[in-house]
Amino acid sequence: MNPDRRLLQLVKQYPLPFVASVLLATLGGIMLIGQTFLLSSIIDALFLKRAALDNILNLLLLYGLASMLRAGFNWTSRNEANRGTLKIKQLLHRRVLRKISSLGPVYAGSQRSGKLSATILKGIESLDPYFSQFMPQLALSILLPLTVLFAVFPVDMRSGFILLGTAPLIPLFMVLIGKAAQKATQKQWETLSRMSGNFLDVLQGMTTLKLFGRSRERIRSISEISEAYRRATMKVLKVAFLSSLTLELVGAVGTAIIAVDIGLRIWSGTIAFLPGFFVLLLIPDFYLPLRQLGTKFHAGMEGVSAADDIYTLLDKPEPDTVEPPAPQECCKYSTTPIVFNAVGFTYTDDDSYALKNVCCELKPGTITAITGPSGAGKTTFINLLLRFLEPREGSILFGNTNLKNISREVWLQGVSWVPQHPYLFNTTLRENLLIAKQGATEDQLKHAISESRLEPFINSLPQGLDTPVGEQGARISGGEAQRLSLARAFLHDSPLLVLDEPTSHTDPTLEQELLASMQRLIRGKTAVLIAHRLSTVRNADQILVFDSGTIVQSGTHLSLMKENGFYRDAMHSDEEVAAQ
Amino acid sequence: MKEILRLLQLVRPFYWWMLLAAVLGFASIGSGIGLMLSSAYIIAKAALHPPFQELLPGIAGVRLFGAARGILRYIERLASHNTTFKILSRLRIWFYTSVEPLAPARLMRYKSGDLLQRITGDIDTLETLYARVISPPLTALLVSGLLWVLLGNFSPAFSLVLFCFHAAAALGLPLLTGYLNRGTAAEMSELQSGMQTKTLDCIQGISDLLLFNRLDDYVGQLNELKSRELKLQRKQALIQGSHESLTGLLMNGAVIALVCVLAPQISNGTIDGVYSAVIIIAVMASFEAFLPLPDAVQHLEANATAGKRLFEIVDAQPAVTAPIAPEAFPESSSICFQKVSFSYPETRCPALSDISLTIREGEKVAIVGPSGAGKSTITSLLLRFWEPTEGSITIGGKSIDRLDPESLRSRIGIVSQHTYLFGESIRKNLLLARPDASDEELKKALEFAGLSSCTSRLDQWAGQHGMSLSGGERQRMAIARMLLQDAPIIVLDEATANLDNLTEKSVMQTILKLCSKEPAKSLLVITHRLRDMSIFNRIVVLENGSIQEEGPHETLMKKNGLYASMWSLQHRPSSPGLVAES
Repeated sequence: MNPDRRLLQLVKQYPLPFVASVLLATLGGIMLIGQTFLLSSIIDALFLKRAALDNILNLLLLYGLASMLRAGFNWTSRNEANRGTLKIKQLLHRRVLRKISSLGPVYAGSQRSGKLSATILKGIESLDPYFSQFMPQLALSILLPLTVLFAVFPVDMRSGFILLGTAPLIPLFMVLIGKAAQKATQKQWETLSRMSGNFLDVLQGMTTLKLFGRSRERIRSISEISEAYRRATMKVLKVAFLSSLTLELVGAVGTAIIAVDIGLRIWSGTIAFLPGFFVLLLIPDFYLPLRQLGTKFHAGMEGVSAADDIYTLLDKPEPDTVEPPAPQECCKYSTTPIVFNAVGFTYTDDDSYALKNVCCELKPGTITAITGPSGAGKTTFINLLLRFLEPREGSILFGNTNLKNISREVWLQGVSWVPQHPYLFNTTLRENLLIAKQGATEDQLKHAISESRLEPFINSLPQGLDTPVGEQGARISGGEAQRLSLARAFLHDSPLLVLDEPTSHTDPTLEQELLASMQRLIRGKTAVLIAHRLSTVRNADQILVFDSGTIVQSGTHLSLMKENGFYRDAMHSDEEVAAQ
Repeated sequence: MKEILRLLQLVRPFYWWMLLAAVLGFASIGSGIGLMLSSAYIIAKAALHPPFQELLPGIAGVRLFGAARGILRYIERLASHNTTFKILSRLRIWFYTSVEPLAPARLMRYKSGDLLQRITGDIDTLETLYARVISPPLTALLVSGLLWVLLGNFSPAFSLVLFCFHAAAALGLPLLTGYLNRGTAAEMSELQSGMQTKTLDCIQGISDLLLFNRLDDYVGQLNELKSRELKLQRKQALIQGSHESLTGLLMNGAVIALVCVLAPQISNGTIDGVYSAVIIIAVMASFEAFLPLPDAVQHLEANATAGKRLFEIVDAQPAVTAPIAPEAFPESSSICFQKVSFSYPETRCPALSDISLTIREGEKVAIVGPSGAGKSTITSLLLRFWEPTEGSITIGGKSIDRLDPESLRSRIGIVSQHTYLFGESIRKNLLLARPDASDEELKKALEFAGLSSCTSRLDQWAGQHGMSLSGGERQRMAIARMLLQDAPIIVLDEATANLDNLTEKSVMQTILKLCSKEPAKSLLVITHRLRDMSIFNRIVVLENGSIQEEGPHETLMKKNGLYASMWSLQHRPSSPGLVAES
């Protein structure tokens, strides 16, 4: 039940609300003692003195006052803990977002879909009970019993010692419970998340199951899996709950011993009714905070598992970008060459290079085609050029300046990228285009739309440009999405272009239209193309052939056809297939 | 509320379990009350210095209740966890059983993983149905009842006073906080769905946002949304945080009220003073059962919302219904579409209109045409995922709506562009196609499909959604499955689109070999890549949902129509690329 070190660190950043919460709760505990004293006095008066209502009215009023004060203290205590928790959640939310944006698209793309958003949306929220409940309770489980002890000792030493005697049992069981409860909650949590993961898998594959005529028999397997998980978990829980059973028993036995002991002493006349009854009323409040610690720990556990996800993200080392010395003016792409100087990159820390010793020059106003088998390093090369990654070795030079010394924002102002599967934002078509150029005029929009041949599509929509797209909006085909991405590039109108050619798997008619639009786009610009077709490769100013992370061949079509190597072999086999 | 009643109906088989757990919970709290009660009895009685024997019942009570409370609590926790797991599993099965007939036609809206994830999340929310929603009021009611009986023994007035305070705690408080909180839940869910889409945009669209220098903007907007969410949470917390304190105040109020009623009766001797201590302690202890009630209201709302969303999905009418008494499957596997038309719901243009098409046993037929022509709709209709709007489809002369859909589908081996692999071993993923296949057969199928590398890795996890396999490998897994299934009808729906040229060629050869083996299989290939077209007996050219041309490759080429123009577009000596000849 030890607090998570990283989470404790967060509390230290905003200690005040938590300290206030604990103090207020302790004040509430003191009020409780006052209340108990008043109540035992009232009962003493009623029972032994047969007092009339008028005589105890003052006591009752005081009792009511103490109750209200206690309620007030407890309420504000909770609110303070809540205030601190909200601050921490906000802090974490900001840090996670900042981290994701500085890790960039390559990291975001490498994560299983939905995992990062779940961390942001659900993970941070699930930390709430840990901070608002478990953390304050951790302190209170010591402070509140201590307060009770302070009240009991002056009244009845013997009972105080009995409480103190059973107290060491509690930390002992706490350790046991801590381990067992952790195991139990972990197990329960795992069971639930595995069951729901398994269920999600079955739901997503339901069509496949139907195709094989096996969807109905899955019902049995769902019930078998759930049943197996249930039995396994119950076995663990049976043991795990034992420790809290012992804790309950310590509390009950403590109460029983003190009650009987006080009873006997009152009977023999060594102690009066009033102090005896007072002590009896207080005993449950001695054990209660300890019992609650168990439940609140349980509530906070899910947060601890979520914290692991959050901190794996936050602990990721960031790319070492040097902050550029001063804001520069826009880069002169139209006259400056880009030179890759022995660039190397690895995604892991071992020797498996995604790119190694890559040297090439992208001359202004020329077209470079990139080709090679999948996994050869083409994407990494593009990611370096787009500054989604920074080189681990070597450098990329823009004229005489190392790219590292140009801020990413400034660099990207002059770059456009048209990927094969562009992302559409959950907003209107118009907003999706305006992403590329805030404040673009209606004419500029129209021009971009007509250049990318989007008009017929947009005109077919009743709401036109104001049609919402994305998850809740209109269905947009892959081809239309690509055209939207092209329109963005037209709007952005940048001198350096990175394009992913549509593959030969695209519908041929659609493909023709896309290629024509792309041709209009690259006219007169520096372009880097991930090429999929022979003619593109053939007519490029420069061809870079990638294999296993290095440029194995480079040159023009004619020069490469003369060389013995990958390029010529691939050309021949492709032409053979295409000729059929 | 309607949703909660329906949910309660669903978990009916566990009513006894729930009752047991609730009774145990009651007994556990009751023992706590008993412990305090008998302790108070000893102390109060002792103050009167009676003969020692009169203390004995109290001492026995203390021992009994002291031991019972912990043990009952232990059993109750086990019982309620067990019940929760049972309920969850029941709900999953219920949901699956109800949604299975709807797939895939009515689930098209939920295609994206995120929405499915929300469905499973909704089912997970129902985890709290028993422990947080059903059990607390049940326990509170039982505890309340016990106290009324106990106090009623002394005087009905006590019961009445206590009833007022219990009712205030059980109904008044939740109503009050519900009133104060009105509207926040709706505002919250609106904020949260806004955050969800913004977060998705931020993560999945991060490259565009970076490129267009809008990332900081978006992150700023998200932070703003989060601040608003937290502000709203603060409001909710302020209100909900008052529950415990207010319940405490009500408890103290009950004590004061009871003292006021008690005092005259004790002073005039109607009631023995000993019981004043006992009654007040019992009343105080009873409020423990009321603490979780306001929380239950919140969970009730969450459960109702989750239930509502699930019911909305489940209540859709299935697109097709299985015949009650399916006819025996015909011997012959010739397929015949007779004047079939079909429109997807909520669309204006028909996807297919007046299609007549026959595929005789052992024939090889290709369906070609531009995307959106309705090619894949033909497969969906053949598999009986949808019902034709007009016309009929027969296999071996029998209309497919008189056949058992499961046996129909098991006789059609299909490989489509999207292959789903389950988060299980490669072996299990393959066995789906033929559960009794031996390892030898599995390996043979893998080799046939060009996955020799997997033959030694049958037990390897295919990964969450088959992520550990590449796109091409997954496609080949689907082909291996199809080989295992050994169905008389084979449908390839853009099956080789993710394969490179050489692999595509070898895979197609394998399939053709399989088809020509006796007994000959019917082959239906859907493609927009026109390659090796002369192997097909017939080619059907679709455009805008109707058949434009039909016939073997040579005939169609001579006709010089749509097919010939598609062919020449794809078979230009050098296909046009992005970079024009300079």
